[in-house]
Amino acid sequence: MWRWLHPYAKGQASYQLLGRWLPWLTGSALLVLAVGLVWGLLFAPPDYQQGDSYRIIFIHVPSAMLSMGTYTGMAIAALVALVWQIRTAEWSIAAMAPVGAVLTFISLITGAAWGKPMWGTWWEWDARMTSQLILLFLYLGVLALYHAFNDSRTGAKAASILALVGVVNIPIIHFSVYWWNSLHQGATITKFAKPSMPPDMYIPLFVCIFGFMLMTAAFITQRLRHEILRQELHRPWVQQVLLNSPVKEQ
Amino acid sequence: MNNARYSSLVWALMRRDLSVAMRRKSDSINPLLFVLMVVTLFPIAVGPSHEVLGRIAAGVIWVVALLASLLGSERLFRDDYVDGTLEQMVLSPAPLELLALAKIAVHWLLSGLPLVILSPFCALLLKLPLDGWLTLVLTLLLGTPMLSAMTAIGAALTVSLGRGGALLSLLLLPLFIPLVIFATAAVESTLLGMPAIGQLMFLAGFMVLTLTLAPVAVAAAIKVSVN
Repeated sequence: MWRWLHPYAKGQASYQLLGRWLPWLTGSALLVLAVGLVWGLLFAPPDYQQGDSYRIIFIHVPSAMLSMGTYTGMAIAALVALVWQIRTAEWSIAAMAPVGAVLTFISLITGAAWGKPMWGTWWEWDARMTSQLILLFLYLGVLALYHAFNDSRTGAKAASILALVGVVNIPIIHFSVYWWNSLHQGATITKFAKPSMPPDMYIPLFVCIFGFMLMTAAFITQRLRHEILRQELHRPWVQQVLLNSPVKEQ
Repeated sequence: MNNARYSSLVWALMRRDLSVAMRRKSDSINPLLFVLMVVTLFPIAVGPSHEVLGRIAAGVIWVVALLASLLGSERLFRDDYVDGTLEQMVLSPAPLELLALAKIAVHWLLSGLPLVILSPFCALLLKLPLDGWLTLVLTLLLGTPMLSAMTAIGAALTVSLGRGGALLSLLLLPLFIPLVIFATAAVESTLLGMPAIGQLMFLAGFMVLTLTLAPVAVAAAIKVSVN
């Protein structure tokens, strides 16, 4: 396995590999998302309680799931970067953090937009919302630390350590926020009991989740390619790629 | 044999840090004055009514303690970094984790312990009902070592940056949230007449976990910053 993986520690090899993946990822992401969103937003039956406004679930749930998944991916990349000193893994932290932060932001915004008609409030100090907000802060911290250093290598390593410290803390934060919320029983709006979904609803939801996965992968791939180019700007192969990019890339 | 030498090294490091702090007393005293002043601001801002102040007292004292611990934390490794001591610590045969733990211990003695001692006075100013005092002091006693350890991680990560202050609070404050939750919950349940032992146990567990893992992270961060 190592013999297979090691070439991709180099910028050029991983750049070309990612370039081969990118069109497939982008194409399939567009296809699956189009199917899932059209199905979910137009054809899935309306909810018996919430009517049509539940349909935001087809964006809210995938983005929330992927925001956490991306953090896990970032933490794994951080571990790889720290243990095996693989520079591609360091760069992928910079590629994943903004994507994850935007996904977290989308899930918060769609949650707020869903909360207004359903609970009557944009923001409730609900446990899940609060821990999602803290996740956004963690992403922003990793990003800020990554870009704070003049030497990008130091920044990447510092951000890796912070990402790992964060991943130890995420379960603690998550459960303590739940606990805090169950103690402070101030909220007058109780969450509706979630009816278990019929297949007409959860199949498009799964399609959307899969589409978001592909989309996230495509964004990260593209960002990682940019990061590789940016970091290896002084290498001859980058200049070659930049000079005749459409021919060389494929 | 080796262990004996390491322990004398740790003692020497702690004694040196303490004597440096004794020569620059204002660095340790100013955060405490900050705590007192912010605590004074609250009754002025929200009104002196006993019920309101008593309800928010524990939360206010804890938030102020967090901010105060961030205030001086930039300095934790800064001077050692500038004069090269940190490099010598990395090169020394003693494990860097052990030295990091010594730095954390001194930082707690200089910032955490005074805060614990000051907290009953703050509780008095904020009209915290008398039952809550002991619990508040216990939560601070269990929580401030964790504050020192986490601050050390942040300080070690940002030591080579000239301007770590705002960044440091961005990195650290989200990680302090569980601490605030359990500490204030402990005081609250004492005020409601319930035992707070569960929350205090959680805090003790966090403290042990943090003091075990944080020196490893601090050592890794120092190595990154020194190179």
